[in-house]
Amino acid sequence: MINILIAILVLGTIAALFGALLGYASVRFHVVGDPIVEQLDALLPQTQCGQCGYPGCKPYAQAVANGEAINKCAPGGEETIKKIADLLGVDVEPIDENHEQNSSLGNGPTVAFIIEEDCIGCTKCIQACPVDAILGAAKQMHTILIDECTGCDLCVAPCPVDCIEMRVIPETIQNWQWDLNKIAVKQLN
Amino acid sequence: MESIIERISQNKFWPFHGGIHPPEQKTLTSSKPIKQLSLPKQLILPLQQHIGRQGDLLVKVGDKVLKGQALTQSFNPMAVPVHAPTSGIISAIKKSVIAHPSGLSELCLFIDVDGNDTWQERKICQDFTQLSRQQIIIKIADAGIAGMGGAGFPTHIKVNTKPDINFLIINAAECEPYITADDLLICEQSEAIVDGIRILEQLLNPAFILIGIEDNKPQAIKALQHATKTIEKINVCVLPTKYPSGGEKQLIKILTGKEVKSGTLPIHSGIVVQNIATCFAISDAVINDIPLIRRVVTLTGQALQKPQNVWALLGTPVSHLLAQTGFVTENEANETNPPVIMGGPLMGFSILNEQVPIVKTSNCILAPSRIEMPSAFDNNANEVECIRCGQCAEVCPSQLLPQELQWSAKAKDHQQLAKLNLFDCIDCGACAYVCPSQIPLVQYYRIAKAQIRQQQQLDIKAEKAKARFEARKLRLEKEKIAREEKHKKAAAARKATMDKKPADSGSANSAVAAALARVRAKKRANVQRVAGDEEQTKVNESLVSNNEIQDEKTKTTSIEMDDKKAKIAAAVAKAKVKKEQTELLQATSSEKIKTAPAVTDDKKARIVAAIAKAKATAKAKREQQEQKEQLRVASNEEQAQAQEKQPKPSNEESK
Repeated sequence: MINILIAILVLGTIAALFGALLGYASVRFHVVGDPIVEQLDALLPQTQCGQCGYPGCKPYAQAVANGEAINKCAPGGEETIKKIADLLGVDVEPIDENHEQNSSLGNGPTVAFIIEEDCIGCTKCIQACPVDAILGAAKQMHTILIDECTGCDLCVAPCPVDCIEMRVIPETIQNWQWDLNKIAVKQLN
Repeated sequence: MESIIERISQNKFWPFHGGIHPPEQKTLTSSKPIKQLSLPKQLILPLQQHIGRQGDLLVKVGDKVLKGQALTQSFNPMAVPVHAPTSGIISAIKKSVIAHPSGLSELCLFIDVDGNDTWQERKICQDFTQLSRQQIIIKIADAGIAGMGGAGFPTHIKVNTKPDINFLIINAAECEPYITADDLLICEQSEAIVDGIRILEQLLNPAFILIGIEDNKPQAIKALQHATKTIEKINVCVLPTKYPSGGEKQLIKILTGKEVKSGTLPIHSGIVVQNIATCFAISDAVINDIPLIRRVVTLTGQALQKPQNVWALLGTPVSHLLAQTGFVTENEANETNPPVIMGGPLMGFSILNEQVPIVKTSNCILAPSRIEMPSAFDNNANEVECIRCGQCAEVCPSQLLPQELQWSAKAKDHQQLAKLNLFDCIDCGACAYVCPSQIPLVQYYRIAKAQIRQQQQLDIKAEKAKARFEARKLRLEKEKIAREEKHKKAAAARKATMDKKPADSGSANSAVAAALARVRAKKRANVQRVAGDEEQTKVNESLVSNNEIQDEKTKTTSIEMDDKKAKIAAAVAKAKVKKEQTELLQATSSEKIKTAPAVTDDKKARIVAAIAKAKATAKAKREQQEQKEQLRVASNEEQAQAQEKQPKPSNEESK
């Protein structure tokens, strides 16, 4: 009987001790914020396009952390889905049909382009741009800062005169990718 | 350092890791002098011929340009100008295929050569030792000199460094097979090269100058030794032939035993490496005021009948060069045209179009025959699986693990590639050369490097987009708060004015209140007056009651009608009063005053009654107006309240 009591006492003490230790640790080493959101945000393409239904990449990261589907990022595509699945330890899902990239221009990265002679200076696209990549003022011609444009095409819909179009970024020496199949000697005719 | 020099003087060098000994094939061209070519009909000058930025155009289509005239300029230090290689007319400025493995087009200047080869005015410098450091650097920059070994780094940046330079290494190794451009240049222009080296010495003031040259160029070695006999500082170091001893880091290792750390530049170890052809260009630019408009190009390969080194003007199309050297195409049926490689066989790339022009970094055009280089003819890759023989690791001069890199490159594992120091790879191609499975290892690394660079660009862009998005969010938030604040203040101000000065006509509410107060005061006064009148004229009670009845009636009728009736009544009353007054006057004048009081009494009573009647109607009218006024006030108040409330809900909405 006494042995049992001693055992209970010892284990109880140990349990209390570790409980206190854990409690202290949870206070002392408390992590502010949800690190998973930051990690998810880092995986997203930061186009801020809102095609996922959230007003930006960070909010979508937050939503994914809270259990939202991981296959809603159209600009990120399968690559991003894979990365998110890896991070969260869930299965890779095919990209959501409703959120598929509705690009008729192909897969290349695009930027918005304002046909400047048609622009009436309504500033509606400026309000729509999530990254302030449109320069202009009321009744003044607007133009796109190509280097800042993420190609989210949020500015296309609000334009009342349809003077904004998405254009594929042309291939230059700087962004050219080696392609093994193309390196091979070509016929010189 | 002394020990290094001692060792070098004993012809002992440090070996670098790996390296290969491919068949040299230099004898094809090494025994023939550098040929001067006739002028081509048209020159195609890409605006960008080197690492860095392209300059801004100084000329337009139709301009006549003289030989040596600058065609671009830029204030960006990473940009070097291009010059007209001969006189002629700018016929077009358009995109054209350039010397790049992609075969992409970039902006090029097309010069129609006039054949006169007229120079622009030149200032020949007799004694460059009189020039200041800055003057020389400006001359080098204006001459558009970029490293002529391969990468094309702007020379004026490389020589404009802090003074502590231990070693100036002149790279004459020219280790790649076939190429003899530097070899021949040294043989023919050793004096000018030594002048160039002395200019560099003046700029950098190095402790030692080492010329690294492979032992497969005996004539060039002799020429250099002869030219540098009188200069103590210069050591001509004859190195054993091994590919790639001409690599910058490899040459430093051979000559000084020092290894340049990953991610650092030789300058951090007090070493500057310059190509020997660059030295010649420097001397030409500083002494003769000739900008970089020509270079020696080795035209070689067994597909050429007369392989030879030539002085080629920059911008000369490759087709022109090939035509001069008897390029034979094997005219078999269904035979594709033979490949043309720009650069050496190991590091060069196939060019897709013979209109590609010679640029500052093109040192060799190789047209191999089928027997010579079967792989160049074969479009189908003969790649088989890696057998893990490890030969690639043995020959890698950067001591990397090529097969590991290959797997990671195929798997696009960028992190692992970074861990394996992919960016220390110098693209020398030794691994691919020795690979028994014929894996084009270098191509995989090039692809991976390009992908990583692009990913880095995308990451930078994403980071920027994120920052801009956050900044925008913050700004909108601030604007919203500011707007709310403004609305609150405005509402508070309105309330304050209402509380403080209700009589003030400034605001609608106070005006209404004032009007109300006025109406009430008047009403009170009227009631008092009417009461007084009533007391005085008891006779008129019935009339008043009549009026009241009338009032009741008028109240029930429409307001407009009431007004009219009241007006009519008032007019009738007035008329009656006037009539009675005139009657009274007539009576007083015609009859005696004695009889008058009785009449007047009667008349007076009547007058009073009429006045009372008129007053009553007026009162009724006023009452009606008052009612209207009250109604209006009430509605105004409601409106005002509504107005007050309105901004608040909109704020809440905006929240």
